[in-house]
Amino acid sequence: MALTASLSKKMTIGELSLSLIFSLLAVATAFIAVKAYTPVFAFHASLFSLGSIGAVVAIIQRYRARPAALPPRVINHRPNYNYGPIKFTSLAALFWGIAGFLVGLYLALELAYPQLNFDLPWTNFGRLRPLHTSAVIFAFGGNVLLACSFYIMQRTARVRIAGDLAPWFVVLGYNFFIIIAGTGYLLGVTRGHEYAEPEWYAILWLVVVWVVYLLVYLVTLARRTEPHIYVANWFFLAFIVTVAVLVLGNNTEIPISLFSPQSVIVWAGVQDAMIQWWYAHNAVGFFLTAGFLGIMYYFIPKRTGRPIYSYRLSIVHFWSLIFLYIWAGPHHLHYTALPDWAQTLGMIFSVVLWMPSWGGMINGVMTLSGAWDKLRTDPVLRMLVVSVAFYGMSTFEGPLMSIKAVNSLSHYTDWGIGHVHSGSLGWVGFVSFGALYCLIPWIWRRKLYSLKLVNWHFWISTIGIVFYISAMWVAGIMQGLMWRAYTPQGFLEYSFVETTQALHPEYLIRAAGGGLYLIGALIMVYNIYRTIASPVIDTADDVAASPMPAE
Amino acid sequence: MSQNVRRSPGGGLQKLLETNSILLVVAILILVSIGGIVEIVPLFYLKNTIEKVDGIRPYSPLELAGYNIYVREGCYTCHSQMIRPLRDEVERYGHYSLAAESMYDHPHQWGSKRNGPDLARVGGKYSNDWQRDHLRNPRAMVPSSIMPGYPFLASTPLNAQHIAEQMRVLRVVGVPYSETQINNAVADVVAQGAPDDPGAGALRGRYPNAVINDVASTHGITEEDALIAYLQHLGVSVDFKLYDDKANIR
Repeated sequence: MALTASLSKKMTIGELSLSLIFSLLAVATAFIAVKAYTPVFAFHASLFSLGSIGAVVAIIQRYRARPAALPPRVINHRPNYNYGPIKFTSLAALFWGIAGFLVGLYLALELAYPQLNFDLPWTNFGRLRPLHTSAVIFAFGGNVLLACSFYIMQRTARVRIAGDLAPWFVVLGYNFFIIIAGTGYLLGVTRGHEYAEPEWYAILWLVVVWVVYLLVYLVTLARRTEPHIYVANWFFLAFIVTVAVLVLGNNTEIPISLFSPQSVIVWAGVQDAMIQWWYAHNAVGFFLTAGFLGIMYYFIPKRTGRPIYSYRLSIVHFWSLIFLYIWAGPHHLHYTALPDWAQTLGMIFSVVLWMPSWGGMINGVMTLSGAWDKLRTDPVLRMLVVSVAFYGMSTFEGPLMSIKAVNSLSHYTDWGIGHVHSGSLGWVGFVSFGALYCLIPWIWRRKLYSLKLVNWHFWISTIGIVFYISAMWVAGIMQGLMWRAYTPQGFLEYSFVETTQALHPEYLIRAAGGGLYLIGALIMVYNIYRTIASPVIDTADDVAASPMPAE
Repeated sequence: MSQNVRRSPGGGLQKLLETNSILLVVAILILVSIGGIVEIVPLFYLKNTIEKVDGIRPYSPLELAGYNIYVREGCYTCHSQMIRPLRDEVERYGHYSLAAESMYDHPHQWGSKRNGPDLARVGGKYSNDWQRDHLRNPRAMVPSSIMPGYPFLASTPLNAQHIAEQMRVLRVVGVPYSETQINNAVADVVAQGAPDDPGAGALRGRYPNAVINDVASTHGITEEDALIAYLQHLGVSVDFKLYDDKANIR
């Protein structure tokens, strides 16, 4: 150790080049801010500039505070895992989760009481809705994925994460992207593509962050001390690579000017619609499914102390899932001006997709073989397993709704909203909560403050989901039937607004369900706060390193 | 868990892939590319994807500015612009939507959810006055409507300074704007947005069917004027008395 201490302290190439790049970026974006066409763009360019200056200051301060040698990759023959970026993203996930659920609840109330729009630009449904979807999918979900993938990648490769600044660049850069995107929606900057609203400059930044994310992943895997790449990592790699392809395909746009926030997408009309839903459906398939299956494949076996039910099944369902998912996009465009052959392909592949989806569900649930009793005693495990049950339910409902005859009724109605939420609240939300309840105590070396509160969280949120999805089934099917109802004389029976009016009670039940879900998440935040505030457990081994003994 | 992997290794190919991260990434890339290529690429060369139909023109500069506002306010989150060929939809909204009708929409605004009615053929259905009153206070016109009010559009002067730049980029990606149309963009905004402007004749020559604003606002040409010009143009381009759907079977 004395040897390393006597080394003269020098900035690494990474520190030097990154400070240089950020300095240049600060100047360039300040210039753009001055010349910007709109005040919003000036504001965003200034944020970029201030952020870059902040990055340079942070790099220099970090350099001054650190010892001459970088942290070793191995200490006492054990990997020296890097948990800093994971801690940041797991807390960011909780923050964005609460923010996203809150906006969702507000939107639900706006639909029940339109006065809540306040006739202002920043609070109207049209601008808040992308804020909600992006906050829960990309901010909450994205941070959960970053936290869990950085953790799982290190633990299953048994090696410290690659890079010194790179992981921090990924997590901070990603959250900066979210701030740019979110403030943009409120101030009226959007591409008008569902689930892909951020404008060209936010996407440009995201692409840089994403490439670094992939590189960190690949370099860490390349240094692994295990010969095989663990199944969770297959899913994470599929998620990272495919999301990159999707974002590039769906963001082929030309800015109107370097000084304008606005861009023009190359695709138009029917081709644009097809590409948009190829993107959006696979954002579900690879962001919200493949990524979170990676989480499932680590935390369920870890929490139960049992191996994955079937390795063979994981191979079959992984390759078939990623191959089939891509085809399913056109089921969002049934009976539209998209050619019939494409609609038919989308329908067939969506139905076939049911099988690999349930392969994943079976593999997750059956991992509990021999440990079913833990469902009674461990509410965290119950949350993880119920998430997989919701996954199974919504991946059955999805193929059903993709059948054209069903879709003619369900499309454009709240049935779709209910379907999305059984997947997102039930599957993505619960698997995230379950993973965070495991992860946070492990990386902070704390004991989870209260399992009783986890139990409360579980039940309150589950009841919330049931309220939500059953209200939306009723609302969706009722409105679909009302739209096509005829009087005996052969006239349409209801005007459009009568069908909206009829939904009011369901909208209230839905808001109540969303409110319960939010309350559950707030209980979690309190539980996590008390966990982190509690004293460090003084064990030589960390809890996560060895599997839990089976009972 | 890694013990488990070792206990039951997969076949030779699987073993190769899961012990080599680069090959794994390449295999994933190949598999996820196939579906997208098969479904998307033919849409660009199959001639029957977009119908051959008369009457569809690019948006006038004021309509384009209105389209920008439609996108900005997220109208697509509640309104579709895609009428399906189902009996009730055709009776409620009009002729089912053609692919050709959105071929100049970068991006498309087909939508996916109807918290409000479809707008694909709302053009000409209501007067400018009705649209104005409805945008300012939807419940004044439709008492049980759940639409947000947009009174701020009426008091915000339209900033169409850069509309020609947008038209130029649109031309790059295939919207057939002529040089004259681009050069006259700002004049055409005034001609369509200000009542009794002398440029109205020339505007109508460049953009047939353009609906000209009939009420002057104290705020000059407003965002509301632009949005209404856009709404009034939705779905009116094709004359379905002359349209032969048999010639365009998809």
